Amino acid sequence: MSLVSEIDYGTPASRSETMVTLTIDGQQISVPEGTSVMRASREAGIMVPKLCATDMIDAFGSCRLCLVEIEGRAGTPASCTTPVAPGMVVHTQTGRLKDIRRGVMELYISDHPLDCLTCAANGDCELQDMAGAVGLRDVRYGYDGDNHVAARNNGEINLKWMPKDESNPYFTYDPSKCIVCSRCVNACEEVQGTFALTIEGRGFGSRVSAGMHESFIDSECVSCGACVQACPTATLTEKSVISIGQPEHSVVTTCAYCGVGCSFKAEMRGEELVRMVPWKDGQANRGHSCVKGRFAYGYSTHKDRILNPMIREKISDPWREVTWDEAFAHIATEFKRLQYQYGRDSVGGITSSRCTNEETFLVQKLVRAGFGNNNVDTCARVCHSPTGYGLGQAFGTSAGTQNFDSVEQSDVVIVIGANPTDGHPVFASRLKKRLRQGAKLIVIDPRRIDLVRTPHVEASFHLPLQPGTNVAVLTALAHVIVTEGLFDEKFIRERCDWSEFEDWAAFVAEPQHSPEETEKFTGVPADLVRGAARLYAKGGNGAIYYGLGVTEHSQGSTTVMAIANLAMATGNIGRPGVGVNPLRGQNNVQGSCDMGSFPHELPGYRHISDDATRDIFEKLWGVKLDKEPGLRIPNMLDAAVDGTFKGIYIQGEDILQSDPDTKHVAAGLAAMECVVVHDLFLNETANYAHVFLPGSTFLEKDGTFTNAERRINRVRKVMSPRNGYADWEVTQKMAQAMGLAWNYQHPSEIMDEIAATTPSFALVSYDYLEKMGSVQWPCNEKTPLGSPIMHVDGFVRGKGKFIRTEYVATDERTGPRFPLLLTTGRILSQYNVGAQTRRTENVVWHAEDRLEIHPHDAEQRGIRDGDWIKLASRSGDTTLRALITDRVAPGVVYTTFHHPDTQANVITTDYSDWATNCPEYKVTAVQVSPSNGPSQWQIDYDEQARQSRRIAGKLEAAE
Amino acid sequence: MTVKIYIPRDAAALSLGAEKVAKAVAQEVANRGLDARIVRNGSRGMFWLEPLVEVEVDGKRIGYGPVKANDVSMLFDAGLITGGDHTLCLGEVENLPFLKEQTRLTFARCGITDPLSLKDYEAHGGLKGLRRAADMAAADIVKDVTDSGLRGRGGAGFPTGIKWKTVLDAPGERKYIVCNADEGDSGTFADRMIMEGDPFVLIEGMAIASLATGATKGFVYTRSEYPHAIAVMTEAVEIARKAGILGSSVLGSGKSFDMEVRTGAGAYVCGEETALLNSLEGKRGVVRAKPPLPAHKGLFNCPTVINNVISLASVPVIIDKGATFYRDFGMGRSRGTIPLQIAGNVKHGGLYETAFGLSLGDIVDKIGGGTRSGRPVKAVQVGGPLGAYFPRELFDTPFDYEAFAAKDGLIGHAGIVVFDDTADMLTQARFAMEFCAVESCGKCTPCRIGSIRGVETADKIARGIEPEKNRALLADLCNTMKFGSLCALGGFTPYPVMSAMTHFPEDFSPVPLIEAAE
Repeated sequence: MSLVSEIDYGTPASRSETMVTLTIDGQQISVPEGTSVMRASREAGIMVPKLCATDMIDAFGSCRLCLVEIEGRAGTPASCTTPVAPGMVVHTQTGRLKDIRRGVMELYISDHPLDCLTCAANGDCELQDMAGAVGLRDVRYGYDGDNHVAARNNGEINLKWMPKDESNPYFTYDPSKCIVCSRCVNACEEVQGTFALTIEGRGFGSRVSAGMHESFIDSECVSCGACVQACPTATLTEKSVISIGQPEHSVVTTCAYCGVGCSFKAEMRGEELVRMVPWKDGQANRGHSCVKGRFAYGYSTHKDRILNPMIREKISDPWREVTWDEAFAHIATEFKRLQYQYGRDSVGGITSSRCTNEETFLVQKLVRAGFGNNNVDTCARVCHSPTGYGLGQAFGTSAGTQNFDSVEQSDVVIVIGANPTDGHPVFASRLKKRLRQGAKLIVIDPRRIDLVRTPHVEASFHLPLQPGTNVAVLTALAHVIVTEGLFDEKFIRERCDWSEFEDWAAFVAEPQHSPEETEKFTGVPADLVRGAARLYAKGGNGAIYYGLGVTEHSQGSTTVMAIANLAMATGNIGRPGVGVNPLRGQNNVQGSCDMGSFPHELPGYRHISDDATRDIFEKLWGVKLDKEPGLRIPNMLDAAVDGTFKGIYIQGEDILQSDPDTKHVAAGLAAMECVVVHDLFLNETANYAHVFLPGSTFLEKDGTFTNAERRINRVRKVMSPRNGYADWEVTQKMAQAMGLAWNYQHPSEIMDEIAATTPSFALVSYDYLEKMGSVQWPCNEKTPLGSPIMHVDGFVRGKGKFIRTEYVATDERTGPRFPLLLTTGRILSQYNVGAQTRRTENVVWHAEDRLEIHPHDAEQRGIRDGDWIKLASRSGDTTLRALITDRVAPGVVYTTFHHPDTQANVITTDYSDWATNCPEYKVTAVQVSPSNGPSQWQIDYDEQARQSRRIAGKLEAAE
Repeated sequence: MTVKIYIPRDAAALSLGAEKVAKAVAQEVANRGLDARIVRNGSRGMFWLEPLVEVEVDGKRIGYGPVKANDVSMLFDAGLITGGDHTLCLGEVENLPFLKEQTRLTFARCGITDPLSLKDYEAHGGLKGLRRAADMAAADIVKDVTDSGLRGRGGAGFPTGIKWKTVLDAPGERKYIVCNADEGDSGTFADRMIMEGDPFVLIEGMAIASLATGATKGFVYTRSEYPHAIAVMTEAVEIARKAGILGSSVLGSGKSFDMEVRTGAGAYVCGEETALLNSLEGKRGVVRAKPPLPAHKGLFNCPTVINNVISLASVPVIIDKGATFYRDFGMGRSRGTIPLQIAGNVKHGGLYETAFGLSLGDIVDKIGGGTRSGRPVKAVQVGGPLGAYFPRELFDTPFDYEAFAAKDGLIGHAGIVVFDDTADMLTQARFAMEFCAVESCGKCTPCRIGSIRGVETADKIARGIEPEKNRALLADLCNTMKFGSLCALGGFTPYPVMSAMTHFPEDFSPVPLIEAAE
């Protein structure tokens, strides 16, 4: 094994299709017009010395090492900033160039420490490489001149010297090693788009500075790691590299956080992970990362991880560690007993959006083939189930229409109910890059998310709607498009059902859907709606990106359809730069849906009642499948409370924390007789479990994740599972214990079974993924290279379907007792219920959930910033601390749900989407009042959680 | 009839007491109940005669200077307002040899007119060029400028017409005219004099540039150290806008052009065109790599003409009188006139506009009149702090871009600073490096670190530490900086250093201190 080597071409690739031929050092080479001489040289295999250039950022031209000579041109132009020209004759190595380069290196080294042997970058230092490349043998200036290297010069304090900044938990900044190449600054600007870094001072006093000469942790830095990746020296270095040393091999794998699905190189020493570095060939992230994927993997070795299976009779008992065999035997016995005693339908399973496709496939297979029912559901129920339903109805597929590269060709982007800079940071960086190039942005969100105004990006329109009024606002947009004649008739006539369009157009054109009428209850000024509609309809390529702010409503499915209507009406479907794009919350939520995790669908979104589909699986699995859809999660819980549902296998999901109406979830779980939780940690749901099966991390197994752009990415095992088994092996052994004759030797065999049974995966295999890097489904005979863009020549369902979207206000209303509307979201440094990120250093950025409240509402209630407050709804109450901000409008409050001690879902109601039961997390009527601290419920819960986490024979650390 | 008394408001005259003189004159006029009006004109450019008070008598301008405030009463006693005789009386100003022998095209009105009187401006031939341009096709204007042979007066000497053509041909919805008025070279003041003494000529030049390229917005980027120029320019822009010279229809041509004055914050490097553009955009004033050229991607990434004040101020006369008229002045590839700025240790310092081709010796000895100290001239630095030092042996060099380049020098912005024989050239070489170190933007390595090491190495030579090795090191460093630097700041710093070392080697072999003590 060796390090995955990535060539640094020095400057970004040119997109031109015109080729230019030139001669470099006697070699002829053809490259696209606009390519730099430096990149052309590298493509010809010639390495021109360089320090400030790297192909993630535009040429900067500051280090002056890459100078070349070009016949017929005066001087020594920099190869990074000089574009190729036809017939150009370039010399990269002449006597004159050697002198200049050696002269430049001599200057660099005259202001650089000579501690190479003990330096963290030893073996990975471009400065060292370049000193070697140019043949530097002497620094004639000596080392006693002005410098940034020594704390003292000749006994005097050196005011230019700055101490190392170790404030960021993951990397250090050592100014004494900085060569001021500006790569970090440019990466922060161009790649990440945060503009946290700058060069302060000028001339010899120039230094990299976070913010206004702040420490990294106090600056605007979001710790994405782009600067660290860009740094050619030890100036910005991962703390893990400092403590472990340089990696010796690396493996490409896929991040296990959000639905962007970034590709990373896991850089290893043996089985120890040294660092995660984004992979430039990763087609979702194109070499970029965020703080979670790049750095927050410490949970995988956290002391809280449970490594042995455990059993207990009652949930009030302490846990008892058992062998794997004992655990499997216990589960098999229990589930058989339950089914015998309470009927075949009394048990079920929940698949995980964080596990691999293969693992998810096995869990649903276990339920369908082993339990003999369809009681399988997944956490997509609580996030994107309306996407599946809505887009399925309109277009015929339950997935986003584009790849992430598509955003590079968008002219107008609507972001609705999503907060990409926090939830999908790498996509947000790609979006911001496009916006900085001039694309226009429309944000539809109750809250002023960062994208509304962030360095060098400002939304043309922000529609700050009242939570729960998405459908009305989208229909008002449609009203403007229809009544002002902004729709694309040609597209609609060719691609959609014209009579359905006419019906829909007549509906949206009704006066009560006009922006002026809807303003009365959406709170969005009519002129903003009209402006946004005109911009989206006529501003060029229009793309819509949306998140859970769309789906997690009682009208979630209706909103998805309204979005699809807008895209079809304006012809924004079926080519790069346009489309309808759900931003998936979890790494494999797309995949878990694809894999047949829903009670009514077999893999590939085929209804369980379809005889032909069932036949495929029945033949292969040798069992008879139930043709009736099974129970959804909320139905399972209801049934449990009713006493008809008794056992559940939950893989990698913490429904107690993540599902709405915590008290109802708790009641359901408490009513069951055998709850099997399969997870890394004793999560909140495990408080109600009878069997705990330790899970494995994404670093410990092979498999695939499918991201929000339908991209099937390989997950590769880089270390042995600390718990002994990968999750797919655990499910298989459970199945075997129940008497199923499964015998998969490797996850690739599971994928082969998926491909054999699921037409949209027909050509997918591990060998094929190895060859292609990744593919986007559908990937079959018709589209062997996968499908970056969907519905190119026509909709999957045939004609695009316009559907009327009548606005029906949620039953959750504000009133005198609960006058405020609570909506929820997430924050950059934390992920979902926080089980992983809370067990990393990321807590330095977000140690607790806070309630955002407008100064007006706070003032009325006598609440000051940081005060403990009680947040109460019709469902329950909790306490947390207030954060006073005008990001939220008066009447709206907002919080995150990353911390179990906050338990925001105690507050949320059990209202849900009319079509898919997706809970209405985003609207809850609440009241806020000052408080002295945790509520009685929180105190009781905490005590119960502590009790239920006891393990026999092990003392609790706190005791 | 009201008598006009001219007292300059030029910064050089002000620094020599012109404001006090003007107050004293006003007082005398009032006290004596005279029918006279004071006009605050620009400077004629004869600084040894400032404050130069002129009185218009029978259509002739009689000069008195240099006038001090306490001379004023006596001057009035001697009949100043009728051109009465006095020891300070210089006779008819136009007849002074320093002025008479000049060819004033760009500076035709400077010092003569009231800078903020549009009427005065037009009466002295102003706006003729713009009126003509308004009736011309853009390409024809560009052709005239190209044919005139006008080259960038900021120092680089790039043909102005070719630059304009590039912008004209560059596709773009929005284009800009940027005037580089960040005049920071030591011993230069031509830009300032135009802005203070004849601001409309610059506005007219920029308006013509806009018609020639399709630009709709212009910026004058000048320095905070030029408060008077900023005030006059700003007011002139306002006046021009009210008069319809600027605005949605330039002189009724239907073409839109407006402009504003922006002020830098004191960085020399912001006179470098790409750093200037960054500064105008509100960014750090660091140099951009070229390509892309500003003509393709300049201000806010739009096609941009960026020209020096003198280049733009020379355009009206070219369009008015024709390319041939202008081209007929000068020598070789240096066509037209050049406003020499004679400064330093010199008897007759000031602005001298003349056709290219005078020898350096004539400029220093005949026009400048030798040193002010009376000691022999040792060296002349031409082209600002980054220009080469010329010894007497090279005084036959004609003032021409190519002739100076052939002698490892440059004419730059045509600043000429004279040194007498007390100057130590090693100190001057060190100063060049120090200047570069202080003013470096810090982007490229040769300039950022090289200038610091240059100072240190010069100091080692001065202290007699391994002089031979360190002279060789300084020469190597100059080579690295000259060919390796990103812009002219680091790239031209070697000119003063190497010329000092080449022409005055004796100053680089100082007697070691320890020996001197013995």
